[in-house]
Amino acid sequence: MKRSWEGLKLIKRIDGRKFDELRPIEAETGVIPRADGSARFKIGNTEAIAAVYGPRGLYPKFLQSQEGAILRCYYNMMSFSGSGERVRPGPSRRSKEINLITEKALFPVLDLSEFPGSTVEVYIELLQTDAGTRCAGINAAAMALADAGFQMRDIVSAVSIGRIGNQIVADLNNEEEHHEQGSTDIPIAMLPRTGEISLFQMDGFIKQNEIQEVLKTAKKAIIQIAKVQQEALKLRYKK
Amino acid sequence: MGEFKVNDKDIVVPGEVLVTGMDYLPAGGAFRDNDEVVASQVGIVNLSGRLIKVVPLNWRYSPKRGDIVIGKVADISLSNWFVDFGYPNYGAIPLKDGSSDYIPRGADLTQYYSHGDYVVAQITKVSKSKQIDLTMKGPGLRKLSPGRIINVNPAKIPRIIGKQGSMVSMIKQMTDCKVIAGQNGFIWISGFEHNKEKVAVEAVIMVEKKAHIEGLTDQVKAFIEKELGGTKIDKKN
Repeated sequence: MKRSWEGLKLIKRIDGRKFDELRPIEAETGVIPRADGSARFKIGNTEAIAAVYGPRGLYPKFLQSQEGAILRCYYNMMSFSGSGERVRPGPSRRSKEINLITEKALFPVLDLSEFPGSTVEVYIELLQTDAGTRCAGINAAAMALADAGFQMRDIVSAVSIGRIGNQIVADLNNEEEHHEQGSTDIPIAMLPRTGEISLFQMDGFIKQNEIQEVLKTAKKAIIQIAKVQQEALKLRYKK
Repeated sequence: MGEFKVNDKDIVVPGEVLVTGMDYLPAGGAFRDNDEVVASQVGIVNLSGRLIKVVPLNWRYSPKRGDIVIGKVADISLSNWFVDFGYPNYGAIPLKDGSSDYIPRGADLTQYYSHGDYVVAQITKVSKSKQIDLTMKGPGLRKLSPGRIINVNPAKIPRIIGKQGSMVSMIKQMTDCKVIAGQNGFIWISGFEHNKEKVAVEAVIMVEKKAHIEGLTDQVKAFIEKELGGTKIDKKN
């Protein structure tokens, strides 16, 4: 007999969360003393560390921009970070994509015009992965850049919103991302103050009218995340 | 009338709204977005009259004309020394600004400053593309004798120097060390006695770490007294 999920409704999430509830968040800054700025961001079992270096000299020369420093991000999953299977170290097709989208999510808020012809480098390491790694990476990187003392228009916060069956849920974990009903994963990065979107990707399918609900859920989640990030940035100086 | 979202002397982070309405003007570390004044750096709110600014707790050094900086001679060409002072571009000391003495054309430039020497120099020119010219002509500008170079956050330099040099002169007096602080965050410390020099270094690092705390001068004074007092007893034994 052919099983059909049509018409079935998701009544509870696997880990018992509400549909718009985020996993527990932890954040701190200044975790890498030798770096110019650094931060750790943990959401559920996903944990990212970001370190910022620079501005420093940029070669080969054709990469230089006279408008200001360029931003380069390096995303990397630690070999032990996955679900038991060793993650092959080194750059991959996937990490190259994430480097690019992280740069594009963060660059618009930064004012690097004081440093023409140089580069600012952000290294993002994932210690533990349980879905939503690019969002955790962006959150950590935004905090690290603010910690380093760069001029920023706003902090950047990111969250992945998804669809399981007909239900829109916030901050999927790995089990939900591979749900047998088929799920859609939409990582979104926003500037919490203005609500401008700096990253919007999608893996899966979604109906046009559901997008509105996704954005509404995202906005709510991002305000929560931004609060944690801002508190963490202040905490370093409140001892 | 503008409505304040934060208090004076609060710590704020980028994207935090400081005040709404058009009554206040944003200065450094803040900007205006429609009818809001927003912070753009992690720092402490400072309100003076109608100006609202954020004094950063950490910043990336950006050279300004007139800054005194400490740097290392990284390269020498036929008519320039190139100094690495913690900025992406080297600062150039042209031959004519190399010394208050006359340097003849074609002289061996390594006779004055050689590779790896540390110098105190002043910025004379910052071009739009951030090409930086330095000079060695001026009071106190010279090649540095042996000592220690420590690198601190440039945002803390004003605190390390203190009001009219109060903090740095106290450290100098109490430890018998020579201390020069560059605006770029490099500090040169040189003393006759090893343990006193060490205390001076620790005192400077202490100021950097606690820069946002009030009444720091007394704390640093107590710290130096304690450290030096301890070493004196050791000597007697």
